[in-house]
Amino acid sequence: MPRIAKALLCAVWFMLLTFPVMCIQVNSIDNSVHWHFERALWLGCGVFVLALLWDWCFARKAKGQPIISFGHGLTRLAANLRGDPRCRLGGLSLLAVGMLLMPLLSSIYQTNIMIAALLYVMLALGLNIVVGLAGQLVLGYVAFYAVGAYSYGLLHQFLGWGFWTCLPVGGLLAVLFGLALGFPVLRLRGDYLAIVTLGFGEIVRLTLLNWPSLTGGPAGISNIPRPGLFGMDMDINASTIYIYYLVLAAVVLTIVVISRLKNSRVGLALQALREDEIACEAMGIDITRVKLSAFALGSCWAGFAGVIFAAKTTYINPSSFGFMESAMILSMVVLGGMGSIAGVVIAAMILILAPEYLRAFSEYRMLIFGAIMVVMMIFRPQGLVSGERRRYSITALKGTASASGQGGQA
Amino acid sequence: MDIEFFVELFFGGLTRGSIYALIALGYTLVYGIIELINFAHGEVYMLGAFTALLVAGVLGVYGFPFGGILIVATLAAIVWCAAYGFTLEKVAYKPLRGAPRLSPLISAIGMSIFLQNYVLLAQTPDFVPFPYLLPEMPFLDDLAVLSPSNFLILMVSTVAMIVLALFIRYTRMGKAMRATAQNRKMALLLGINADKIISLTFIIGSSLAALGGVLIASHMQVINYNIGFLAGMKAFTAAVLGGIGSIPGAMVGGLVLGLAESFTTGYVSGNYEDILAFAILILILILRPDGILGKAKVQKV
Repeated sequence: MPRIAKALLCAVWFMLLTFPVMCIQVNSIDNSVHWHFERALWLGCGVFVLALLWDWCFARKAKGQPIISFGHGLTRLAANLRGDPRCRLGGLSLLAVGMLLMPLLSSIYQTNIMIAALLYVMLALGLNIVVGLAGQLVLGYVAFYAVGAYSYGLLHQFLGWGFWTCLPVGGLLAVLFGLALGFPVLRLRGDYLAIVTLGFGEIVRLTLLNWPSLTGGPAGISNIPRPGLFGMDMDINASTIYIYYLVLAAVVLTIVVISRLKNSRVGLALQALREDEIACEAMGIDITRVKLSAFALGSCWAGFAGVIFAAKTTYINPSSFGFMESAMILSMVVLGGMGSIAGVVIAAMILILAPEYLRAFSEYRMLIFGAIMVVMMIFRPQGLVSGERRRYSITALKGTASASGQGGQA
Repeated sequence: MDIEFFVELFFGGLTRGSIYALIALGYTLVYGIIELINFAHGEVYMLGAFTALLVAGVLGVYGFPFGGILIVATLAAIVWCAAYGFTLEKVAYKPLRGAPRLSPLISAIGMSIFLQNYVLLAQTPDFVPFPYLLPEMPFLDDLAVLSPSNFLILMVSTVAMIVLALFIRYTRMGKAMRATAQNRKMALLLGINADKIISLTFIIGSSLAALGGVLIASHMQVINYNIGFLAGMKAFTAAVLGGIGSIPGAMVGGLVLGLAESFTTGYVSGNYEDILAFAILILILILRPDGILGKAKVQKV
């Protein structure tokens, strides 16, 4: 009973709190006021339910029970995918076949949406290196994406370079920008780093906007060519499908590289940096090098994604590279689980595809992204799929059990 | 001619700077107590401007006497923003006390995005004109450089800052706030209710932001759901410039930033006004992260 009373109180409080913004609309042209009292009523009902849910979640959290349980079947499936190599192979090959056949079976529109989603997967995986593995909260990630896109656009416009030359160059330039940002911020940590990188992202965007002689200003650069394939002539459909496979290959490459990186020497150093900077330094890890490599490794994927983005849309302007993009990519990492590859891929797919297919919901997209970031931090900071760590067991060292033998040496 | 231009820029800078200082105080107060950059603070400022706009609109349509509208609208904005700040802390930050440092920061970014889109969806994505509410001030006609809104902003923000400084310095609550900022555990041992103090900090910070929101809205005469982001960033720059956690620092930082912006716009170019703030922020954080009036902190294991 006290819970219900508390929820009712919450509902009333929120109805009062949101009253002016929700219920009043002033039309300054004909000087009239529109009242929307029904909105307050809906909001009150919604808050009542949410408050009960909120309480229930806290109760569960206090007892140490998981708040989201995926159901028995799904949990077992996930465990199997993780543990059983045969099951894992089966699942992956099923996914691979599905992804390979997708553009042949569906329309160009669907393929385009999928390309966008895959680009975000790439971006989120790249940011995951910096935020998830190394624990450096970077809020200006989209700047590197912009560097990639503009390097293709500008190199094509001024020097006539093609897609395949620009792809590595874009990645390289993004790395250089990453290092240029990394050097001065080496001393900063946590929240200051977040703010400085946010400022850096804004500076890049504002420069693109205010330098019309080079970047075309707000109008941007148009007529960027799509990528070619041995000089073949392709119509727009064929070229979209071609780009789809290109992005897919890029995503697969990203996943392979990052999963190899995670348990490598550098990857372990990154994770040590995330856990405790001072302890990490005390263990003899060169913080400067590790931080810079985190920035470099993270930003190069954004550069690649940027070049592909420019080639896909054939038109770029600064408004595609605002803070909201960075925030969106960050919310994918947060939702998926920092440091978890599978989680980030799933989260990026959900966050891009769900608003596309649920049109009614697309208006509320950013609202929900914001709410997700808050709720995930409170109730499930490890994300949907928590990043697993390789475990080392004594038995493996003794050589008695060969099943976990891969962790023999660190 | 030249000196006139200079004086105009100077007062323009002071006006801007005092608004930045009002908002920066919110960042600095919160940071001083819970070491969190309240990313959603800029949004509270935006909500203040919107609440004032809506209340003023309703009062205007129903024929409330003109002189009172500004006062009632400002009071409403302050009350509602204080409530928003209070709720924000309870929902997004309180459950995360003791969590790793990145968690509340990400939660704050989420809240900022949420609030922006809440206003966007509930009100409008467009720019809305803000009604002209300022009283006539004929004695200013002789001083051609100071417009009524500039004068009002300077006056109100000076008074607000003096009141705040006195409050922090002399009242029981203010002392408790300073104690909590110095050492939260020790303050708890002395019987200070830290939760209450944190709520109070959010309420004070949000009220100041609301005041800033109303003042700037009546000066610029146009607002939209997005104004909080840039204003928040600039105010944060001001707070860092003065030394985050330091109250006089926030005031000095705000004024310095406002003047710097005003002179750059006047003598160099208006295009790079926003870049300037970000560049100052980055330089300060890299070269002197403790700001003008801050004290250097030793990192402990």
